[in-house]
Amino acid sequence: MDKWQDNKAWFLVLPVFVIVAFSALIPLMTVVNYSVQDIFGPGEAVFVGTEWFKEMLANKRLHDALLRQFLFSGLVLLIEIPLGILIALAMPKKGWGVSTSLVILALPLLIPWNVIGTIWIIFTRPDIGLFGVGINSLHLLEVPFDHTATPLYAWITVMLMEVWHWTPLVALLAYAGLRAIPEAYYQAARIDGASPWATFWYIQLPKMRGVLTIAVLLRWMDSFLIYAEPFVLTGGGPGNSTTFLSIYLVKIALLQFDLGPGAAFSLIYFLIVLLFSFIFYQVLQRVGKGEKG
Amino acid sequence: MYWTLPTATFFISIFLMLCGMLVWELVSPTIERSGFLIISTTRGTRFFLGLLGSAFIHLAWLGFTDLSLWIALPISAVWMIIVMRWG
Amino acid sequence: MKIKKKTIGLLIYFVILVLPIYWMLNMSLRSNADILASFSLYPRDITFVNYMKILTDSSWYMGYVNSMLYVFMNTVISLSFALPAAYAFSRYRFLGDGQMFFWLLTNRMAPAAVFALPFFQLYSTIGLLDTHIAVALAHCLFNVPLAVWILEGFMSGIPKEIDETAFIDGYKFPRFFITIFIPLIRAGVGVTAFFCFMFSWVELLFARTLTVTAAKPISAIMTRTISATGLDYGLLAAAGILTIIPGALVIWFVRNHLAKGFALGRV
Repeated sequence: MDKWQDNKAWFLVLPVFVIVAFSALIPLMTVVNYSVQDIFGPGEAVFVGTEWFKEMLANKRLHDALLRQFLFSGLVLLIEIPLGILIALAMPKKGWGVSTSLVILALPLLIPWNVIGTIWIIFTRPDIGLFGVGINSLHLLEVPFDHTATPLYAWITVMLMEVWHWTPLVALLAYAGLRAIPEAYYQAARIDGASPWATFWYIQLPKMRGVLTIAVLLRWMDSFLIYAEPFVLTGGGPGNSTTFLSIYLVKIALLQFDLGPGAAFSLIYFLIVLLFSFIFYQVLQRVGKGEKG
Repeated sequence: MYWTLPTATFFISIFLMLCGMLVWELVSPTIERSGFLIISTTRGTRFFLGLLGSAFIHLAWLGFTDLSLWIALPISAVWMIIVMRWG
Repeated sequence: MKIKKKTIGLLIYFVILVLPIYWMLNMSLRSNADILASFSLYPRDITFVNYMKILTDSSWYMGYVNSMLYVFMNTVISLSFALPAAYAFSRYRFLGDGQMFFWLLTNRMAPAAVFALPFFQLYSTIGLLDTHIAVALAHCLFNVPLAVWILEGFMSGIPKEIDETAFIDGYKFPRFFITIFIPLIRAGVGVTAFFCFMFSWVELLFARTLTVTAAKPISAIMTRTISATGLDYGLLAAAGILTIIPGALVIWFVRNHLAKGFALGRV
């Protein structure tokens, strides 16, 4: 569709620009100002140049948190995308089952993020949780399951929670993609006597490419920013084993009130996210063009 | 907001650059093309990549060397020119 | 019997999906002493003591009221700002449109933790700290871009000829937009409102940072309870269950819209 060329359209965009700029630009400028100063108290600050950046870039705990973050986001994609596709394939195509499945799937997405953490505390505690008690009563594990004591178990619990929470989103998107495939394709496949596997590989998967790209990018971005759920569940522990970037940042900036280092950290984090956002946007646009053309 | 001279200079120069881009766009509108970056880019996109790249160059300089940060500035400028011209 | 195996697999998945929620429901119907004393797969002596406590103590139930208030404000603000902008993006080419759209999206992806601290400073400077509108405005940071994005998709599906015809018929833009165009994308507005509701409802970090007492959301009250009263699991579980109910209600009402939105391949 050819669009009208008219710069007056800016008047329609202006309100959005103002409201988002108010929430985005002023805080960003503030962060930049903080990042080059040592702030002792209200109105008392000393210019320190790039010292905080240097300190943060050499910070071992930040490196660890960043590595942990990449590992976590990578695992999230590896598990959630295939699982989500499987679920979408198994979902009913018509009848009352459709809206029932949609409602059940959407349920975890509508729970406040810290309540997700609470649910999983209650569910996995070794003394009162169904999962914790259940797995320990099997006596399969050498070390009894307790996500507050063993880093590995903490990781498993956070992963389980994340997969439980967000796989439905992938499934919903994949389902939307499947629904958009015209029935004629399936009929053609049936006439050719294609196996279900071939139907999946040559028809369904290519047709889902667009929504799956969106799913991959959304899950990558959002898992990169994860905060509330692991914060409530493990508080970043035991030790620092589940301290992801956001958790560490909030620890520095809000809890220890180290404004300077926190701001420098924020900016480094923001630049990394900005790079990903750019790649995200480019890929999305390409997918969009591929579908239209 | 704890303004300091360096940060104020930083934001004013970014703002002036944006204004410059705007004027340039009004005088001669951009044509989309693809250079050594695989994607097809407009002038604005290349400008953004130039700025983002400069930020990372400064961070890398700060993280990996103990030399003065002023050396990173001309390197960024060169990067900016490369991206704007051949990107 | 291929189909049957599939359905059984799906049912098992749904059971696993609901299990943690069921477990919380189970806990919420038992007293804390009972929970710690014995392990039980279902509540033996059902008690509503936890729910009674929340629904009669104003420091608890006001949390729900606060959350509802700012979520509602945010949804209204996001929609009313995003609708004209989405129209501009779907119909016009203008100076810097691509850059503007990208900039909006970057805010959707910015880590909330980065903004939490300056937000606190900004809102305390302008004296909005601990008000509902502060949280509603802060949530606009990610909800307005999202709303523009989704609405733009729906609007692009409406042929431009409709606009042209209306303008030839002498409609002015505001009247055309409100009486003709918005009803055409009703489903899209519904889906967008749902997503705004959802993201504002589930967010914690801004909501917690920007409020002290008067506008404190329920999710923040829960976090406080964990540290303050030791661990009253029954109470915590009951509060959790109550936070799920509004979401469940909303999804039940929009489920058909949602299915339609999905059929358009655009959510």
